[in-house]
Amino acid sequence: MSEKKQTTMVPYPSHAIVPERDVDKKPVLEARHLGVEFGGLKAVDDFNLIIGATEIAGLIGPNGAGKTTIFNLITKVYQPTMGTILLDGKDTAGMNTIQINKLGIARTFQNIRLFDKLTVEDNVKIGLHNQMKYSAGTGVLRLPGYWKQEKRMHEKALDLLSIFDMQDLADHEAGSLPYGAQRRLEIVRALATNPKLLLLDEPAAGMNPAETAELMENIVKIRDTFQIAIMLIEHDMKLVMGICEGIAVLNYGRIIAKGTPSEIQNNPTVVEAYLGKKKEG
Amino acid sequence: MKKKNNKVFISNLITYAMVIIAFVIMFSLMNAGMLSRSTKGLLIPICVWIVMAVSLNLTVGISGELSLGHAGFMCVGAFVGAVIATVLKQPVENEALRLIIAMIVGGVAAGITGVIVGVPVLRLRGDYLAIVTLAFGEIIRNVLNCVYVGMDATTGALSFGFNNPSLPGKLIVNGPQGVQGITRISTFPIGFALIIFTLIVVLNMTNSRAGRAMMALRDNRIAAESVGISATKYKLMAFVTSAALAGMAGALYAMNYSTVTGAKFKFDTSILVLVFVVLGGIGNIRGSIIAATVLTVLPEMLREFSDYRMLIYAIVLILVMLATNSPAFKQWFDIAKEKIVSLFGKKDGKGDAANE
Amino acid sequence: MIRVSFLSNLINGISLGSVYAIIALGYTMVYGIAKMLNFAHGDVIMIGAYISFCVTHYLGLPAWVSVLASMLVCTLLGMTIERLAYKPLRSAPSLAVLITAIGMSYFLQNIAQLIWGANPKSFNSVVEMEPLRLFGGQLIITDEALVTVLSCVVIMICLTLFTEKTKMGKAMRAVSEDKGAAQLMGINVNMTISVTFAIGSALAAIAGVLLCSTYPALMPTTGSMPGIKAFTAAVFGGIGSIPGAMLGGILLGIIEIFGKSYISTELGDAIVFAILIILLLVKPTGLLGKKINEKV
Repeated sequence: MSEKKQTTMVPYPSHAIVPERDVDKKPVLEARHLGVEFGGLKAVDDFNLIIGATEIAGLIGPNGAGKTTIFNLITKVYQPTMGTILLDGKDTAGMNTIQINKLGIARTFQNIRLFDKLTVEDNVKIGLHNQMKYSAGTGVLRLPGYWKQEKRMHEKALDLLSIFDMQDLADHEAGSLPYGAQRRLEIVRALATNPKLLLLDEPAAGMNPAETAELMENIVKIRDTFQIAIMLIEHDMKLVMGICEGIAVLNYGRIIAKGTPSEIQNNPTVVEAYLGKKKEG
Repeated sequence: MKKKNNKVFISNLITYAMVIIAFVIMFSLMNAGMLSRSTKGLLIPICVWIVMAVSLNLTVGISGELSLGHAGFMCVGAFVGAVIATVLKQPVENEALRLIIAMIVGGVAAGITGVIVGVPVLRLRGDYLAIVTLAFGEIIRNVLNCVYVGMDATTGALSFGFNNPSLPGKLIVNGPQGVQGITRISTFPIGFALIIFTLIVVLNMTNSRAGRAMMALRDNRIAAESVGISATKYKLMAFVTSAALAGMAGALYAMNYSTVTGAKFKFDTSILVLVFVVLGGIGNIRGSIIAATVLTVLPEMLREFSDYRMLIYAIVLILVMLATNSPAFKQWFDIAKEKIVSLFGKKDGKGDAANE
Repeated sequence: MIRVSFLSNLINGISLGSVYAIIALGYTMVYGIAKMLNFAHGDVIMIGAYISFCVTHYLGLPAWVSVLASMLVCTLLGMTIERLAYKPLRSAPSLAVLITAIGMSYFLQNIAQLIWGANPKSFNSVVEMEPLRLFGGQLIITDEALVTVLSCVVIMICLTLFTEKTKMGKAMRAVSEDKGAAQLMGINVNMTISVTFAIGSALAAIAGVLLCSTYPALMPTTGSMPGIKAFTAAVFGGIGSIPGAMLGGILLGIIEIFGKSYISTELGDAIVFAILIILLLVKPTGLLGKKINEKV
């Protein structure tokens, strides 16, 4: 990538590294000894990770390594059976998906999960659900609060859609969009919840190289404009190596390597477990 | 955005206009004495079934949960409303006001029942939720069959008995015999008003923050929760609103007869309302109104039809589901449509199910 | 005296519960394999009873022939229903499948009403043995009760052996675990589902005959309540589990009879349903069921 930014990673308390600019800020996410068992099988084991406040982090690994499971654990779709997750220093034990989102984690899904029958704009407005509120009674009675908030929602939704230049698609049914646009819409919807940490599950899957290149720019742009952290799972090594500052490699539910893109690319364990087969890195 | 908002706005406008025009026509015909007794007798039931169908559509179509106990809430509204109306006979002389109070109290009672049922039940999903709402509908009816309420003729004091009919004064709720001695105060204009009220509640709710949350949960629960929408809250909101409206319809229904029994609100009644919703299109409010009207009028108009009514409804349920949900059928219907067009008006028969 | 009436209730409960268990087996197998609530299952019972009634009443054939005939007809009926109404909806949302099944249930009831009328027919018991008299005639165990319980046990054993030992039984278990994987392993999924419906419906026929032998008023709606209660039983025992269906059925039968005799006849059904609700809320997987996770 032409405009690839060189980030200096610095050691962080004990076991992690974060970009230099994030050192003074609280890490957005810290996972300690995180693990989960399904029927005696350890899908994730002793997972430790720290993500800086504005870091773009990558999570890579072969299929079935447990990457999506990590996302599901962070967002409490599954309750971890071991370890702790701290969000902004706050323990998230016992919380559910909804509380996690309200606290500031938003995500996209590997198999796209949009509200297919609703319009693009409504999808984003649903993302704004907890950002701009009015009561159900206000909605039914069409009180002034309804008109005011709906107008704000509408403007905000178009504003967010414009990140991906999608404002003209606002009236389209979400399910009718092309694949790439659906992936982008999912990101917009997640952003609408005003997260501190955005989890992207294979954002470039199914995109062509041009789309992927654009997506890379946009991910960096999102980070810069919203000043949030982004963690992504991706198989496209060009994307991962191009924009991620810190990368964790997962295999059989365990982290086998952590480091900057160049460190990962030169790590023999990783090359053997993963990159060696793919020949992409 | 403007375009889409307009589309919803126009669609809703058509719905309201359709109801208002129909009311004005029927009301003037009635006042001009041009309606037969049997037609007049149908007006209030039509209002009742429209409200039932629209309110069920909120649960099934917007919130996406199949409730098979809708008649149970109607039953609560009918019983409570009828008792209230009987009690208020002396203090509130204005019949319309008494009816409205009875409908509101019936609606609130059904809404409370909705909360009691909904809080535990809505933790379940899909088939289990459906079967449990069915069970609750039956329990409500069974329990009401055991309720006795007596009213002292002079003091108007109420006494309640469970499984125990020996109460002082006149029995106004008499167990399996239901509520007796109801003054028939339901009127067509108030029925119409209830329809409009229901439409305002359901349509405005659907096109607002709460409605979007419901539809989001319907379309993809996991994604909706991932953006911070509480399934419990919005499923319950839809369920309770729907129950309360059914309760109001129940009160209107009860006050159209002199007695009302629990047997009127069996599982079959819930299915009947479901047929309205399915035939009108799940999630399509205007469709529910039309289907409820047509299917209430048709059996009265065509005696032959009324013999085969439930059979035809059953076939309708199956065919509509196959036509809208099976890829093979959709394809087949498309081909059939093309054929009809190419044959220039020659009508094709109803779809036969063997075409897989 | 109290003890005798208690025993007599218990026996009635077990007998009714055995019928529920046989019906519940059909529900549980279909739910386990096709992942759908076959609402029309209860009405297949009713059709089975009518067939048996016709064969003995109009054709004057012996009872065992009527049972076979009714099993045959119900098997074909079950497979036809699956093929016409459920198979096209295999990938449809569960709401659509359930509504179709409800439609099918009403269809069968109304067809039966057209053919046989709405008035109850008096069903002649297919069992003609001497009732068992105990305690000097104080406690009578009817021949129907004996045969019902015995049939239930035999069916249970046969079905367990079938699913454990035979190729088709193993295919069924594979399909219920993972349809896609089973298909890749060369199992004919459509055929397996079809066979499941066939077995479930044949069992429903037996249940119908046994039910009407004990409770002889046969109407088009005869099957619907037992159907729903048997589904309750299947959930009670843990959906998908064969011993669970048996356990759930018998427990439910006992609870119903005791509820009706000791609490209130009016509230008998309400008690059964209340148990269903409590159970689903406390342990949605039932007594012997296992948990299914949604994949994200």
